[in-house]
Amino acid sequence: MTSSDQPPQSPRENVGARRLGRAGFLGLLGAGVATLFYGKQISSVTSAVTKPFADATGLSHIVPSSGWRIYTVADTMPTFDRATWRLKLDGLVGRPLELSYDQLLALPKVEQVSTFHCVTGWIVDGVHWGGVRFHDLLASVAPLPSAHAAHFVSAEIPYDDYLTLDDLSLPDVMLAYEMDGQPLPQEHGAPVRVVIPNMYGYKNVKWVERITLVPRQGAGYWEQRGYDVNAWVGHSNGYG
Amino acid sequence: MAELTTAPPRSARASSRPRYVQRFTLTERLLHWVHASAFFVLLASGLILYLPALSTTFADRPLIKDVHFYTAVSWAGAMILIALLGNRGAVRATVREVDLFDRDDRRFLAGHTDSPQGRFNAGQKVNVIVTAAFATLFFVSGMLLWLGERNTDIRLGGTLYLHDALMYLSVVIVIGHLYLALINRSTRHSLHGITLGSVREDWARSHHAKWLPPERHSNPGDKQVTVDRAARTTDRAYKEKLPPS
Repeated sequence: MTSSDQPPQSPRENVGARRLGRAGFLGLLGAGVATLFYGKQISSVTSAVTKPFADATGLSHIVPSSGWRIYTVADTMPTFDRATWRLKLDGLVGRPLELSYDQLLALPKVEQVSTFHCVTGWIVDGVHWGGVRFHDLLASVAPLPSAHAAHFVSAEIPYDDYLTLDDLSLPDVMLAYEMDGQPLPQEHGAPVRVVIPNMYGYKNVKWVERITLVPRQGAGYWEQRGYDVNAWVGHSNGYG
Repeated sequence: MAELTTAPPRSARASSRPRYVQRFTLTERLLHWVHASAFFVLLASGLILYLPALSTTFADRPLIKDVHFYTAVSWAGAMILIALLGNRGAVRATVREVDLFDRDDRRFLAGHTDSPQGRFNAGQKVNVIVTAAFATLFFVSGMLLWLGERNTDIRLGGTLYLHDALMYLSVVIVIGHLYLALINRSTRHSLHGITLGSVREDWARSHHAKWLPPERHSNPGDKQVTVDRAARTTDRAYKEKLPPS
């Protein structure tokens, strides 16, 4: 034991002391603030390094390295029962209809590869979707001339949103039931979701269970909270 | 500057009675543990919000978001309150110690880990600086995400990326921190200091040779007084050692 009578002596003085701590702290803060503004550019550089690593180690199956984040607004995530699930089509239509999952799958199938943009900044490139175009879907219910928009009601209560019929006629808009070659996973909206690549993700309603044709667009869940009704990528919500 | 105390831990009361030196004040320990506790709650709730695989297991995202948000707000409030109401002299002294890097510190960071170190070694100083900067950036970017959900004018393109990058870097740092504090035989005694305040004097001499106890105190009841004095002494020593600016 060291004697308490003799406190340890300093072997040397603080030679060449410099105030580097605050410089480091402020430097990190500066880098962080720069990242707030140039995060996307920095991300494109760093992901070139991290993505191959994540792919090689299998981390890309765990962390959302490809970009997906799962956003929900309700306290439970809707579940899908193939036997009982129905898609209700009503509103300003000549023939209201309820489609089973198998009836939906019997409609002409289309596939596309498109980019998914979230309004919070993340992007997923090259998503392979499979589903039906809306003109094929809506043809069976005979929309009335007074119908100009569709109200999408999600099984995730109270989520909903609107798209105009012109939006739905864009060539890359679909009601998707497959994603990357597999049935749409639960967290991505099983069994069906809207895919409209040129609008931010909140317009791509998940867990769609009812489509009601209406005279005009209303304000959906996020639009009631300040987001733009027409959520064009790069030209809405403060972007562009 | 260290203070000696003869107050031993329960395990040392048998025969050898090693001498202990007070390393951290109650204020410093509270700051550490409030920060550490909040970090792990924020990490757990943040990962549930972040990882797609966990989104189906913990589907109640609004609840998890509330846990994440209110933990962050509580953390910030608690840290400020502890710093203001606690031993401010000790906090100031710690900030100044961490700010100062001398030649031995720079040699330590260059890989010469036998360079004599003060109460904080250079690696610990870097850890404090990075942790403080990251905590500030976590809070700012988190608040921007929260506010940006309510007002799209506040949202910045890189906010989410910054928050995510801070998480990845922090996890790496914390793993290293936990290894040194819990597993590495040579350094893990430091856990005693950050939990109970004191460390063995022989350990302090070998790991923090430039941290000098100026006087001996045998009455455990004097502990708070000696700690306050330690803070003032360290503060004075800092000013004396600082080169003229």
